[in-house]
Amino acid sequence: MKCSTKWYLERWQIMTLIRRAEEAVAEMVEKAEVGCPCHLCVGQEAVAAGVCAALTPEDTVWGGHRSHGHYLAKGGPLEGLFAEILGKATGCAGGRGGSMHLVAKEQGILGTVPIVAGTVSLAVGAALAYKMRGEKNVAVAFFGDGTLEEGHVHESMNLAALYRLPVIFVCENNLYSSHMHWKLRRVADNLHKAGEFHSVPGFRLDGNDVGAVYEATRKAVKRAHAQAGPTLLECRTFRWRGHVGASYDLDVGVKRRGELTGWMTQDPIRRVADYLIDHGVADLAAREQAIARQIDRAMQAARQAPAPSPTRLGQFVYAAAAGANAETAGANQADGSNGAIPSAHRQAALAEVLCAN
Amino acid sequence: MRQLSYAQAIREAHAQLLESDPRVLVLGQGLWSPWYAGSSLENLDRDFGKDRILDSPVSENAVTGMAIGAALAGMRPIVFHPRMDFMLLAVDPIINQAANWSYLFAGKVTVPLVIRAVINRGGEQGAQHSQALHAMFMHVPGLKVVMPSTPYDAKGLLMAALEDPNPVLYIDDRWLYAETGGVPAEAYTVPLGKAAVRRTGADITLIGTSWMAAESLRAAALLEQEGIDAEVIDLRTLKPWDRETVAASVRKTGLAVVADSGWRTAGAAAEIAAEISELAFQELRAPVGRVTLPDVPAPTSREEEKAYYPVAADIAAAAWMALEWDAQRQAVPVPNVTGNRKQRAARTA
Ligand SMILES: Cc1ncc(C[n+]2csc(CCOP(=O)(O)OP(=O)(O)O)c2C)c(N)n1
Ligand SMILES: [Mg+2]
Repeated sequence: MKCSTKWYLERWQIMTLIRRAEEAVAEMVEKAEVGCPCHLCVGQEAVAAGVCAALTPEDTVWGGHRSHGHYLAKGGPLEGLFAEILGKATGCAGGRGGSMHLVAKEQGILGTVPIVAGTVSLAVGAALAYKMRGEKNVAVAFFGDGTLEEGHVHESMNLAALYRLPVIFVCENNLYSSHMHWKLRRVADNLHKAGEFHSVPGFRLDGNDVGAVYEATRKAVKRAHAQAGPTLLECRTFRWRGHVGASYDLDVGVKRRGELTGWMTQDPIRRVADYLIDHGVADLAAREQAIARQIDRAMQAARQAPAPSPTRLGQFVYAAAAGANAETAGANQADGSNGAIPSAHRQAALAEVLCAN
Repeated sequence: MRQLSYAQAIREAHAQLLESDPRVLVLGQGLWSPWYAGSSLENLDRDFGKDRILDSPVSENAVTGMAIGAALAGMRPIVFHPRMDFMLLAVDPIINQAANWSYLFAGKVTVPLVIRAVINRGGEQGAQHSQALHAMFMHVPGLKVVMPSTPYDAKGLLMAALEDPNPVLYIDDRWLYAETGGVPAEAYTVPLGKAAVRRTGADITLIGTSWMAAESLRAAALLEQEGIDAEVIDLRTLKPWDRETVAASVRKTGLAVVADSGWRTAGAAAEIAAEISELAFQELRAPVGRVTLPDVPAPTSREEEKAYYPVAADIAAAAWMALEWDAQRQAVPVPNVTGNRKQRAARTA
């Protein structure tokens, strides 16, 4: 461990925030207060925290269905996350997205979406934009081990290598793709080599070691800045909760208590906490309470926030042209109906408004 | 006005966009050779550099995703698919990502992107090199779809598509590449969502898309020889399409034929016909005719191709059918009722 105690304390803070925030979400899921599918990253926090520690606010990160951690580690506002999960108008995506669609433009999150591998090529495209404009930014594509089974991830790696783009492919290998252990999906345990054929160097890391993840990312950023092209990082980790929802060892019919117990001894947060205590940090409990209060406040605010109005159902299907009024260009149902069963003529009129450019 | 071919007009639009906006880049297959794109992209790489005109590997899906990512990161990409058939490998980024992005994120992040797809039919190329799939994309909220049929529109619609803050699918037809027409030298836009009345007429409305708009004009000439005065509308934009112009015309003529280069079932013509029946029900005096491809994949042999692709005469025949229908119904004697009531009575008789 080469980083300073202060650095580790900051990582502990962000990882603890992610963990506690997700536990709060899990509680809401159990109480059926949350309706949208939530994929929790409990156990995997070090990957998001380690990678994002090596990035600037202008760098972008791209994620998928399991991106609460990416969003928070990159600085996405907590209340916007909770409100989004609760489907509130104040959510980061205005309540349109739910847990699986997060956005925080100022913090470099231009969208996370749950089509597996959906944002990998988008990250490569953002990197192309940075290169063409001569900017120093990098784009990070976070994805799971299952994602490497999608063909266009390989297209993306080839394109990124060919154009020497400042992109980092971060594979969070939690050994499962929903209910399927990797052995049911692959012959060999060799994901870090997935880029070899495309001349994308790959590294296998302990994904529960936030310092190691940070160091590897820093090197990848350096390589990107030197216009040497992309890097693939395979971060070995494990999700404690089920594929989706709050349960622990029962994962869509998969019994894995033994495996889980083993991985829980590798808790990435505990590891940092132990290090900090060894290095004289004595107030972790107080800090933990402060984080709990922060979460309570954000959750309260999210709960009290208004739901989006159904009269705006059709808003933002199309972006408004520059200079046009975004409120009206995207808005529909000027007649106040909820648009659920529009008459033919209203529908026609509606479409005209929606499509106005 | 200065005359240019359709392909030259596309090329000129690209050049002027690249010239005036450093955010513009072109990405896709066949950009460095006339093999795929004809002269529609000729020497753009020479004039603007291979860093902005990126002739890509055979990776339709990831290349389209890259264009979306670049758009989200502030660029104005044009992603090029030299055949619409190949673009099927990119349907996921187009529909799942580009079309949904603005809506999903409440307009906070948007995808200003031009997706250019070429329909390249005939020439004994067969089913996987001939498809006109615009109707599939018309179906999707969040996408806009344009299909220019003249050199003037080929340039103006491309420039408008690039200016638009949404993903716009720009579809051009290789059969049109050699057509010539007046094209102003300066930059200009043709507004998205506005049809063009190519010929005014009183007896029947012919609505055409892309190549079939040109065929509709030829059909109108055939009909004129028989004393029928057809109005011809070139739809130009298929989504959002110009219901107002179409409805106004059909309310005037009372008869309509839609000619489209796609298939019949759930095709563009079906959608337009359905809307016409709602918007001009009162005035409509015959079922809206459709001239489309049969629900059959593209054949390969020359003889079969001839039978497969509808031409002006087919549109004229569909027009005659509507006229005939109308004439027969008019002949039904319904005493003491006039106008629309008379027609309705005739229908229920
Ligand atoms: C294109 C697509 N196919 C299938 C799914 C269903 N699905 C959702 S998550 C998931 C597993 C992904 O596994 P992995 O990439 O390892 O990520 P993890 O869930 O482990 O974080 C699957 C198959 C999907 N969302 N998108
Ligand atoms: Mg996984």
